[in-house]
Amino acid sequence: MIALAQAGRDLRIAFRSRGEAAHPLAFFALAATLFGLGLGSDLETLGLVAVVAIWVIALLSCMLAAESLFRRDFEDGTLEQMLLHGRPVFLAVLGKLAAHWCVSGLPLVLFAPLVGFMLQAPAQALPVLTLSLLIGTPTLTMVGAVAAALTAGLGRGGLLVALIALPLYVPVLVFGAGASVVAASGLSALPQLLWLLAMLAAAVTFAPFAVGFALRLSQEY
Amino acid sequence: MFQGIDFDLEPGELMEVHGPNGSGKTTLLRCIAGLFKEESGHVDVAGEERPLYLGHKPGLSLLLTPLENLRWYLALQGREPRREDCLSALRRVGLNGSHLVPCRSLSAGQQRRAALARLVASSAPLWLLDEPFAALDESGREIVLSIAQAHCHGGGAVVCATHEDLGLADARRLELAA
Repeated sequence: MIALAQAGRDLRIAFRSRGEAAHPLAFFALAATLFGLGLGSDLETLGLVAVVAIWVIALLSCMLAAESLFRRDFEDGTLEQMLLHGRPVFLAVLGKLAAHWCVSGLPLVLFAPLVGFMLQAPAQALPVLTLSLLIGTPTLTMVGAVAAALTAGLGRGGLLVALIALPLYVPVLVFGAGASVVAASGLSALPQLLWLLAMLAAAVTFAPFAVGFALRLSQEY
Repeated sequence: MFQGIDFDLEPGELMEVHGPNGSGKTTLLRCIAGLFKEESGHVDVAGEERPLYLGHKPGLSLLLTPLENLRWYLALQGREPRREDCLSALRRVGLNGSHLVPCRSLSAGQQRRAALARLVASSAPLWLLDEPFAALDESGREIVLSIAQAHCHGGGAVVCATHEDLGLADARRLELAA
C-alpha cells in the first residue's frame, strides 16, 4: 500500500515531466545508432559486438538515470517527508525504485530486441539478450540508487555516483553480456541467467534498506 | 550548536522557539523530528506516531497538484487518503479552486498554504513548525494560528520556531542564544 502510493506518485511525476523521463531511452537509442554507424558495414563484426554494446549502453543509461533519482525530492523536501512518515521507509523506497525502473529500465528492455535487430545481432541471441536485460536492469537500478542516495545531499554527485556504482555494476555486466554472447554462439545461457537472478534477489533484499539508511544520512547537513 | 536545553512539552502546550539567525532553531526542530542525530543528549517523543514536521522546504512536488500531494502524504502514513477529507483540508487553508493546478503554477503563498493543509489532515499529536508564516499574508497567518490553537485544545502539542511575536498569552517561550 505504501509502496504502491509512492510508486503511483513517482509515475505521475514522470508522466508530467515526460521529456526528462525519456532521457535514458533517448540516450540508449542514440548511442546504439552511433555505434552501428561507427562500426560501418562489416556485418559480421557488428553482429558479434552488438549484444555486448547493447549491454554496455544499457548499463550507462541506467547509471545516468540513477544520478538524478533523488535530487528533485531532496530539493523540494518531499524526501524528508518520506523519511519521516514512510512506515516502514524501505517499502516507500521500494515503491520509488520500482517506479524508477518502469520509467528508466523497462523501456530499454522493450526496445532492446529492436536495437539488436538494427545492429545485426544474431537472431538466436535476441531472446536471451532481452531476458538478461529484464533481469539485469532492475539490479542496476537498485545499485545505482544506493550510490545516488549516498550522494543525495551533495547537490551534483555525478561522477561520484559513477565511481561508487561502477564496481558493483561489473558483475551484472559480466553475466548479462556473457549470457547474450553465449546464446549468440548457440549454447545454453541458463547458468549466467541464474547468476543474474541471484544478484537481483540480493539487490531487492538489501538495496531498499541501504538506500533508506543512506537517505537518512543525507538529511544531516 | 546549542547546549543545555531541557524541556518537557505536555499535551495542549504550544512552545515558541525564538533566537537570532543561526542559533539552531531549525536544528532543534530537526532533532525532535528525528531527521538530525543529536550529538549528545536525547529526545523522547511519546506515542507511536511520528511528529509532523513543516520545514523550510515545502515538501510538495511542484509537478503535482495540492490534492495529489496531500493524498500521497496521507497514503505514506498508511492512512486512507479520502478525497473528501483532503478537499476539506485544502478548503480550510483557503485553497478552494486551485487544488487541480500543479503546485509550480501557484504563488509562494499558495504553495505554503498547500503545505499547511498537511496540518489540517494530520493525526500527529506533535507538530514542529519551522517559520510557518513565511510567505503568508495576514489571513494565512490567522489560519495557521487558529489551526495550531485548535490542535492544542484537542490535546496536541506544537513547537513553533519563529521570528515574530505570535501574541499568544498562554504560549511557552524558548530563547536560543546566538
